[in-house]
Amino acid sequence: MPMMSKNPSVDELDGVAREIRKSIVRMITKAKASHIGGSLSAADILAALYFRILSIDPKDPEDGGRDIFILSKGHCCSALYAALAERGFFQKGKLDEFCANGGSLWGHVSRGCAPGVEATTGSLGHGLPIGLGMAIAAKRSNQKRKIVVMLSDGECDEGSVWEAALCAAHFRLDNLTIIIDYNKIQSFGSVKEVMNLDPLAGKWKSFGWEAREIDGHDMGQVVGVLEKLPLAAGKPSVIVANTIKGKGISFMENKLEWHYKSPTPEQCEAAIRELDNAKGKGGSA
Amino acid sequence: MRNTFADTLTGCAAKDRKLMLLTGDLGFSVLERFRDSFPDRFLNMGISEANMIGAASGLALGGMKPYVYSIIPFATMRCFEQVRNDVCYQDADVKIVGVGGGLAYGTLGPTHHAREDIALMTSLPNMTVVCPGDPVETELLTKLSVSHQGPMYIRLGRGGDPVIHQSRPDVEIGKGIMVKEGNDATIIATGNILPNALAATKILEEKKMKVRLISMHTVKPLDADIIRKAAKETDALFTVEEHSAINGLGSAVGDALHAQGSKAMFRKIGLKDRFEQVVGNHEYLRQANGLSPEQISSAVLEARKTLRK
Repeated sequence: MPMMSKNPSVDELDGVAREIRKSIVRMITKAKASHIGGSLSAADILAALYFRILSIDPKDPEDGGRDIFILSKGHCCSALYAALAERGFFQKGKLDEFCANGGSLWGHVSRGCAPGVEATTGSLGHGLPIGLGMAIAAKRSNQKRKIVVMLSDGECDEGSVWEAALCAAHFRLDNLTIIIDYNKIQSFGSVKEVMNLDPLAGKWKSFGWEAREIDGHDMGQVVGVLEKLPLAAGKPSVIVANTIKGKGISFMENKLEWHYKSPTPEQCEAAIRELDNAKGKGGSA
Repeated sequence: MRNTFADTLTGCAAKDRKLMLLTGDLGFSVLERFRDSFPDRFLNMGISEANMIGAASGLALGGMKPYVYSIIPFATMRCFEQVRNDVCYQDADVKIVGVGGGLAYGTLGPTHHAREDIALMTSLPNMTVVCPGDPVETELLTKLSVSHQGPMYIRLGRGGDPVIHQSRPDVEIGKGIMVKEGNDATIIATGNILPNALAATKILEEKKMKVRLISMHTVKPLDADIIRKAAKETDALFTVEEHSAINGLGSAVGDALHAQGSKAMFRKIGLKDRFEQVVGNHEYLRQANGLSPEQISSAVLEARKTLRK
C-alpha cells in the first residue's frame, strides 16, 4: 500500500479498491468459500466509504460519535473484512482466519468478530432495520453520526426491507443512507428472471426516499454522491449503484456461477495478475 | 398485568432517559400514558414486527434501552429470526414484552393464542424469560428488567389478572417464589395461570393435603435450588402452565429433576398438543385443557393415588 493522503483522490481510492479485491480473491481462494462475485461488485463503494466518507478511527473503533456502516448483504463479508484490514482496523494476517477452523471470521458478518464490524448480518433483510434503529437512537441522542447500510439487490425481495423503507421515511431519518449493490444477479439467476425489481429507484422514491442512480464502479460518481449526504433534508437517502458481479476479474464478470465458486490457485494467480495489471489504467478493472 | 406493566414502565422511564417503548400498533388504552409522558421515547412502528425487532436491536446498539410491545405471536413468532439474530446473537439490550399469555385472547382464536412462546424464547442463547404470575410480580419484575442487561422476554397475561401476593414478595430474576408452604406435594406454576394453581391448592387443602406452591416467574434461568428442595421435601411435583406441555416450564423442570437424579414423582400439566378447535373464552378454553382449579386439583389427587400403590 502506498502512503495514503488524508483525503484520498479518486485514483488513490481506485488503488485501495484493487487491494481490497486482491484480499477478497486470496481469502475466498484460501478458504474455498463462496460469494466472490458480490464481494467484488461492492469493493469500490467500500473503498470510498472506509477511506473517504465515513468518520471513523481505526485506533478507536468504539468511539461513540463514529459513523456506522452495516453490510446487510452479509454473505459478502470478505469485502468488509478486507476493507477493514486495509483501513487498519486489524492486521491483514487476521484475514487468514476467514472461514478457518478455530478462527474468528465467519462466512457471514458477526458483530464482535473483528474491530469495526458493527452489526450481525447474513440472513438477508436484517441490516436495514438495525440501521434504522441506530439512526433513531442517533437522532434521540442528538448525535450527528451517519448510518450507511449496504443491501444486495436480491435482498430487496425481503419484506422486512420494505417495512423499514416505510418506517425510515415516516420518521424522516435523513441520517440514514442505503446503498444497493445492484449487480443484477442473485442466487439462482438474474434479478429480472427471479424477482424483477425495476424500477428500483422509483420504488424507493415512491416510499418517500431521496434516490440517486450511479455507476458503482466509477469512483468519481461514488464519492460524488456519498459526499452529498443527506441527499435531501428530512428524507432517508438511497443510492442505487449499478455494478457488475465479479467486477475486476474478467473471467468472473456477470457470471452466475461466481456467486458460489471459489477460484483454483491458478485462477487466483490470474486474478491477482489482472488486478495488478489494471494499475494506472483508471477505474478498477 | 398489561396496565401494571405500562404504568410501571412509565414510572421507570422518568428515571432512565434511555428507556424507550416501541409498539407494533397495539396497546390502545394501555400505552397512552407512556406515549403522552415521553413522546420522544415512544415509537409506534406500525404493523411490522420484523422491522420493529431489528430496529430495537439497532436502538440498543445505539445506546438506548428499548422495550418492544405486542401480542405474543406477533412479538415472538412473526419475527423469530430477528429475535434470534438481531437481539440474542448480538446480545442486544432489548426487552420483548408479549401480552396475552396462553389462551388469554380466548375467542380471538388460535392465531392469537400463545402456546409455543416459552419454548421458542427459552431455546435462544442469551435470552432471559420471565412470566409474571400476577400484577404484583409484573410490577416488581418490570422494575428489575430495567437494570437487567441483555435480551429478555416478558410474558404477560392480558387485563384483569387477579392479585395473588397480598404483600410484596422478595423478587429476584432467576429465583422462584414460595407462595404457599406444604409438604404433601408441590405445584410449580408460571405466568398467568398462577391464580388457578393457588385455587387448586385451596381445594386440596379442604381434602387435607398441604400443597406447596411455587411461582416460577423466571423460566430461564431456572431456579434449580427451589426444585431440588421441593423434590426432597415433598412426595410429588406438578408443573402448571398455560403453554404447550411440550418444551415449556414442565420440560425445563423435568430436565432439572433428571439432572439432579431425582426419583420424585413428576407430572406436567399444560395445554394439549393441538390448536383449539371449539370457540370459547379464556375460562372456557382453560377448562377444555384441564387447567381449571378443580381439574388441576383432581390431576394432583389422581397422580398421588398411583404413588400410594
